[in-house]
Amino acid sequence: MSEKLLEVKNLKTSFRIKDDYYAAVDDVSLSVNKNEVLAIVGESGCGKSALAFSIMGLHNRAKIEGNILFKDQDIANLSISNLNKLRGKNMGMIFQDPLTALNPLMEIGDQIGEALLLHNKDLSKTKRKEKVIDLLNKVGIPRPEHVYEQFPHELSGGMRQRVVIATAIANEPELLIADEPTTALDVTIQSQILDLIKELKDDMDAGIILITHDLGVVAEMADRVAVMYAGQIVEIADVHTLFEKPLHPYTRSLFNSVPNTAQAKSKLHVIQGIVPSLQNLPREGCRFSARIPWIDASAHEEHPELHEVSSGHFVRCTCYKHFDFPEGSSKEEQHHGIS
Amino acid sequence: MIDMWKFTLRRILIMIPQIILLSILIFILAKMMPGDALTGMIDPNVSPERLEELREKLGWNDPWHIQYADWVGGLVQGDFGQSFRFKMPVTELIGERIVNSFWLSVATLIFTYLIAIPLGILSGRYNDSLLDQTITGYTYLGFATPLFIFALVMLWVFGFMLGWFPTSGSVSPGSEPGTFAYVMSKINHLILPAIAMALIATVNTVQYLRSEIIDTKQKDFILTARAKGASESRVYNRHILRNSLLPIAAFFGYEITFLIGGTIFVETIYNYPGMGLLFFESITLRDYSVVTAVVLLFGVAAILGALLSDIILSLVDPRIRIK
Amino acid sequence: MAFLEVEDLKVHFPIKGGIFGRTVGHVKAVDGVSFSLEKGKTYGLVGESGSGKTTTGRAIIGLNKITSGKVMFDGRDITGMKSKSDVRKDIQMIFQDPYSSLNAKKRVIDIVAEPLRNFEKLSKKEERIRVQELMELVGLSPESILKYPHEFSGGQRQRIGIARAIALKPKLIIADEPVSALDVSVQAQVLNFMQDIQEELDLTYLFIGHDLGVIKHMCDNIGIMYKGRYVEEGTTEEIFTNPQHIYTKRLVAAIPDIDPKKRQEQTQFRQEVKAEYEQSYNDYFDDEGLAYQLQPVSDTHLVALPEKG
Repeated sequence: MSEKLLEVKNLKTSFRIKDDYYAAVDDVSLSVNKNEVLAIVGESGCGKSALAFSIMGLHNRAKIEGNILFKDQDIANLSISNLNKLRGKNMGMIFQDPLTALNPLMEIGDQIGEALLLHNKDLSKTKRKEKVIDLLNKVGIPRPEHVYEQFPHELSGGMRQRVVIATAIANEPELLIADEPTTALDVTIQSQILDLIKELKDDMDAGIILITHDLGVVAEMADRVAVMYAGQIVEIADVHTLFEKPLHPYTRSLFNSVPNTAQAKSKLHVIQGIVPSLQNLPREGCRFSARIPWIDASAHEEHPELHEVSSGHFVRCTCYKHFDFPEGSSKEEQHHGIS
Repeated sequence: MIDMWKFTLRRILIMIPQIILLSILIFILAKMMPGDALTGMIDPNVSPERLEELREKLGWNDPWHIQYADWVGGLVQGDFGQSFRFKMPVTELIGERIVNSFWLSVATLIFTYLIAIPLGILSGRYNDSLLDQTITGYTYLGFATPLFIFALVMLWVFGFMLGWFPTSGSVSPGSEPGTFAYVMSKINHLILPAIAMALIATVNTVQYLRSEIIDTKQKDFILTARAKGASESRVYNRHILRNSLLPIAAFFGYEITFLIGGTIFVETIYNYPGMGLLFFESITLRDYSVVTAVVLLFGVAAILGALLSDIILSLVDPRIRIK
Repeated sequence: MAFLEVEDLKVHFPIKGGIFGRTVGHVKAVDGVSFSLEKGKTYGLVGESGSGKTTTGRAIIGLNKITSGKVMFDGRDITGMKSKSDVRKDIQMIFQDPYSSLNAKKRVIDIVAEPLRNFEKLSKKEERIRVQELMELVGLSPESILKYPHEFSGGQRQRIGIARAIALKPKLIIADEPVSALDVSVQAQVLNFMQDIQEELDLTYLFIGHDLGVIKHMCDNIGIMYKGRYVEEGTTEEIFTNPQHIYTKRLVAAIPDIDPKKRQEQTQFRQEVKAEYEQSYNDYFDDEGLAYQLQPVSDTHLVALPEKG
């Protein structure tokens, strides 16, 4: 059951800005098993998409350090031609915005067919078309023969995302990376797409990395959850543990700022300050310390590490032991928390 | 496909009022010009009464709308009037010239795209490299250099100094039409003006293609293609290039407008007997019937160019085709 | 008399077609919508893309042409009012995307002062003071008025948008998905802040959104739109605990539950609702797939159902 599919070890992805390198992903280690959904949660700029792109080798000019072991093969700095043997075949990716993720000038059938063609040159044209129609059926698109010849702009958002998914699963990949797959969709469509992803996962026995900012989506989909802040994983645990007993101050703050859980009309928790930009990321000490200034500096570690608090539940830095929400804080933070 | 025809038909219908408006404008301009064809032909011995009689007979004293109707009626039958300098029907005069200009334009367009497509692709694909900076530098020079100065320099260097190309005319005198030598001579006369014009005209297209490619490179669907496992060359050929070349194809029709402006300078400088030279000569000679005819044809060509652009765009872009 | 009253509002957009570009039909973006707002309350207008919720908001403030119907504000008929008219001062709008709704080439002072310049003749100095006050009110430093929008984060930009909206001390704010483009923690800031200024300035909100979590948190009353029509209207309590229309039920069921333990339950519930939706679709929608007229089920709760008999 828990066969390891992907193992990321101490991954550091840096971008060059002017004369210096800045790490968008810093010291990230995680693993994904077969038939498992690992959710990566965080806000924009936390490095969750940069992490996904690193795994798929989609970064253009990034420096990648550490290891990305896909079925024991290190793909961290694989040449593009070797990577292309895996991408689309063993690893598939679903993108956030299905409109821009599809080529506007290419028929749907050709776009899905391309994924088949690239990894199976012997497949005849008619066979390929049959396979594409099968895929369209599989992702629940009505009238697949008709849609085959349509262009992306002729489909609704939900249908487009189904096409993107069909492309990603064309070769039954073992690993599927879904980068905010439902963010651009309506809520009823979202639940359909999430159901589809779950179904396909069981079907193909695939491992899934689900990147999202929506804790509700995590609660519905994930087996395990990694919370990212400022390029690092600050907490990782199985979904039940994390939702029952979140420990890291960032995880707890995040839970408290979602309207869903709070009492209606009450004040939501506001995290002080703003997410630092890539160039302003703190390079030393606890990266979240600046946003919880009422916690004493001595509570933080000098070099924060992940600590295993219970089996499979890791938390970064010791500050979680000393963390508490300030009383009635949100009101003050409103007016003084921002420059 | 029915939509396609509807679109084309509608687009052609829009053209009709455009052309009518153009003809009215030109007619008014022609009427406003000082003198008329008779003024140019006056024999001092002809009495003013006789002139007045002639004018009456030619209908020049009729109200303007009747004159306009007569004029348009003539145009429709291919009668552009009489050139009083060349003493021949304008239609005949234009006939030879238009063929020369047509070939010059075709040659210029071919050179324009021969230069623009590779440069634009290289510049866009390797943007911000030294190569790209060199190409961009060339386009800035092209933008800044006036065509007539550049054409003169080219003529001086390659025509007079190096003597590689003929310096005037459209064919060597004495060539027998229909022979191979005649065709080669025609081509030989075309090359230098066409290259001169293309080198300047192409910078727009180079820049346009470059920015299209840089833009397309950053689109999400390029990531999708890479995530499918498409090789870099496939990503460029199937996704980036195709999508970037389509707007360029649509731009094609508008190039015609630039060509019209260009031919006036280039044909004059290279003394190449085309529409541009005819236009220039007729203005200096005050041969108004010719000027009017040429301006009308230029206008129609520009309108047809825009039509062509729209049709190409609707053919290649499914998003417009459906609408 | 309600504070804002919308009566049978219709906004139809013509579809051009044929060779001569004649109008061949209409998109009924808003097709007979009526509702009213109480002063000082927040009314949520909910729907998925294409439901007409944004068009409704834009029509009220005069950004979309009203085809028919009536908009009464504070006892005055403001249907199709001119944008420079006096009422315009009292109704302001906050837009969805804090990145594109602010002119990138203008300084913050010019952005925030724009409505002031349109309606009030202030000296340069007075204007500067007002803008600084507004900045302070929205929790931004008064010194930053000379900065450009790109120097601010998304949440801060949305606050600039709000500062502009409240510059003329409006009575009604139409907020069109004001937090949809923001991260959760930033969203919390903006929502809290909107609640604060509602108390301070006695504002009434028309809150347009699709995130039912946010809507539930912010609103007193909710109207659910589908394809240009209302399917249900009621208090927040009624809509979330006792939805009557099958579409509302489906919408509510689709919200992901934040408790992973309820996963099984949730899936089952959704399947039940889905089955009910498919079974009883014809009872809730007419031949064109549109909602019926609203019928009262209680004083505050209205549901779109076919007329009995």
